[in-house]
Amino acid sequence: MSVSADRIDAARDRLPGAFRVPLPVRLKRAAAWALLLGLFCYCLWAFNFSPARIWTGLGRLGDVLSFMFPPYIWTSWAEFSEILEGLGETLSMAFIGTILGAVVAFPLSFIGAKNINRLPFLRHSVRRGYDVIRAFETLILALIFIRAFGLGPLAGILAIAVSEIGTFAKLFSEAIENTSDKPVEGIRASGGSRLQQIRYGTMPQVMPVILSVLLYNFESNVRSGTILGIVGAGGIGFLLSDRIAAYRWDEAWSIILLIIAMVYVIDWLSALIRKGLIGEQVTPA
Amino acid sequence: MTSTADFPHAAPSAGAGAIAAFERDYAETRRQARIAWGVGTAIFLIVFAVTAWLGDFFKVTQVTLPDGSREWRWIIPAGLPRLGEYIAQTLPSLSWDTLGRDIGEWFWRWQTWLKLLVETILIAFMATTFGVVGGFLLSFPAARNVAPNRWVLWICRRYLEIARTVPELVWALIFVFCFSVGPMAGVLAVGLHSTGALGKLYSEVNENIDMRPLEGVTAAGGSWFDKIRYGAVPQVLPNIISYTLLRFEINVRASSIIGYVGAGGLGQEIRTAMSFQEYTDLSALFLIIFATVALIDYLSEKLRHRIIDMEAGR
Repeated sequence: MSVSADRIDAARDRLPGAFRVPLPVRLKRAAAWALLLGLFCYCLWAFNFSPARIWTGLGRLGDVLSFMFPPYIWTSWAEFSEILEGLGETLSMAFIGTILGAVVAFPLSFIGAKNINRLPFLRHSVRRGYDVIRAFETLILALIFIRAFGLGPLAGILAIAVSEIGTFAKLFSEAIENTSDKPVEGIRASGGSRLQQIRYGTMPQVMPVILSVLLYNFESNVRSGTILGIVGAGGIGFLLSDRIAAYRWDEAWSIILLIIAMVYVIDWLSALIRKGLIGEQVTPA
Repeated sequence: MTSTADFPHAAPSAGAGAIAAFERDYAETRRQARIAWGVGTAIFLIVFAVTAWLGDFFKVTQVTLPDGSREWRWIIPAGLPRLGEYIAQTLPSLSWDTLGRDIGEWFWRWQTWLKLLVETILIAFMATTFGVVGGFLLSFPAARNVAPNRWVLWICRRYLEIARTVPELVWALIFVFCFSVGPMAGVLAVGLHSTGALGKLYSEVNENIDMRPLEGVTAAGGSWFDKIRYGAVPQVLPNIISYTLLRFEINVRASSIIGYVGAGGLGQEIRTAMSFQEYTDLSALFLIIFATVALIDYLSEKLRHRIIDMEAGR
C-alpha cells in the first residue's frame, strides 16, 4: 500500500504543525542563529583569526607535534627521578588536599543538611558560604597561598583543600539530606541519643556516597593538580612549564604523556577501589 | 562496607547452644571487621605519611618572633599570619564619607578591565562554540552503538581523552607558542579542552539512546549520516543543550585564568597586578570575576530550567 500525493496533502491540511514549524517559531530560531553567527564572526574579526596567522600557527604546531616522535626518553636517573618526584608531588597534593578538604567539610556538611540542622537561617547562610568558596578558582587560591607559604607543594595542597571544602560540604550535605529517616527513628525508639541517631542511623547510609565522592574528586584533583605547578605551587606542572619555556618540546611531550598515563592509572585504581569498597550500585552525584 | 553480618553456620535451633553459636559467629564477624579496619587504617596512615613527606606538609621553617629572635616552627601556623596580612593588604581602604571616590580609586582601571571582561566572555563563547562543534561531530563516531567501525571508535575516543586530560592551561602554553600571545591562543586552548570534555558527555548521551528510530531510518534506506541526523540527533538534542550551557559556565571560569600564561582575558591583569604588587587591584579583579561568574551561572541555570521545562511540557 502506498501513500498517494492527495492523501499527503489532506494530512498536511489537517495537521500543518506536523509538517512544518509555524512561522513565528521559525523566525525566532533564525534570529537566534543569526545572532550567534554574527557574534561568532565578530569574534573571529576581533581576535584576529586571519588565514595567514592560522597558517603560520598550524605550521609551528606541526613542528611542535613532530617533536613527539620519537618520544624523548630520560637516560640518566638524575633527570628521570626529578620527573618522578614531580609526578609524586602532584599525587601527594591531590591526596592530602582531598583528605584535608573532606575533614574540614565533614562537620560543616551537617550544618548545611536540612534533616540535621533545623534552623533555616543558619542553614541557608552556611550554604551560601559553600557557594562562595566554590566560586574561587583553585589556581587563584594557589596564587594567594604561595604568598603566605612560599613556593612549593604546600601552597597547592592548601589551594586544593580550600576549594574542595566548598564542593565537599555541598555534596555531603546533599547526601545527608537524601538519607532515609527510618533507621534514625528506630534508634530513637530504642532510646538512642541524637548523636547515636546520627552515628548509627544516618552515617551508614551516607558513608558509601561520601567515599564515592572522595574518590571521584581525588581523580579530578589529580588532573587539576597538574596545572598548579605552572604558577609555582608544586607538582609536575612546574617541570612542564619550565620545559615549554625552554622550547624543549620533546621532553615536554614526554611529560604530557606521563601525566596522561598517571591519570589513566589513577582512574583505573579508583574504579577498583570503588568497586571493592562500595559495590557498583553507587554512582557519584 | 557490609552492614549485615553473615552467619555461616548458624543452625535454626533453639536453646543455649544456638545462643553460644550466635555469640561465636558474632565474635568472629567482629574480629574480621576489626582486622579489616586496622589494615585499612594502616594503609591510609602509610599513604598519608608518604604523601605528607612528598608534599612538604610537615615542613618546619624559621620564623622571626616579635622580640627579634628566630625560632623553628611548623610551616602552617607560621604562614597563617602572613596569609592574613596579605589578604588585609588586598582590601581597599573605604571610608563612608568618600565612598564614591574610594571605589573609583579601587576600580581605577575599570575601562581596561571592562574590555578584558568582554574579551573573557567572548573567549568562553568562541571556545564553547568550537567545543560544541568538535564534540558533537566526534561524539557519534565515539559512541559504541553508532560508531561506523571499531577503528574510528578507538581513534575518536583516544583523541577526546587526550584533549580533556591535558589541562586548558597546558594547551594554552602550547598554543601561545604556536599562535603568539593573544585571545586566539586562549580560544583554541579552551576550545580543545571543551571538545574533549563535551565529546565524552555527548557520546555517553548517544550511547543511551533508543536504537529503534535509527533502525527505522536504515530500513527506509538511509545512509549512516541520515541515520544520525534523523534517528539520533532529535533524541540527544535537549541533553546536548543542557551540557553546552554548563560547559559555557566552566569556560568562563577557565578563560578568566588562561590570561595568566598570555592567552587573553582578565588573567593577564591578575599577573600584572601580582608582579607590580598592586594589591588592591587583586581584590577588585577577584570581585569582578566572582560577580561575572555568579551572574552567568544564574542566567544559564534559568535558561537550562526553561529548556528542561519545555522538554517536559512537550
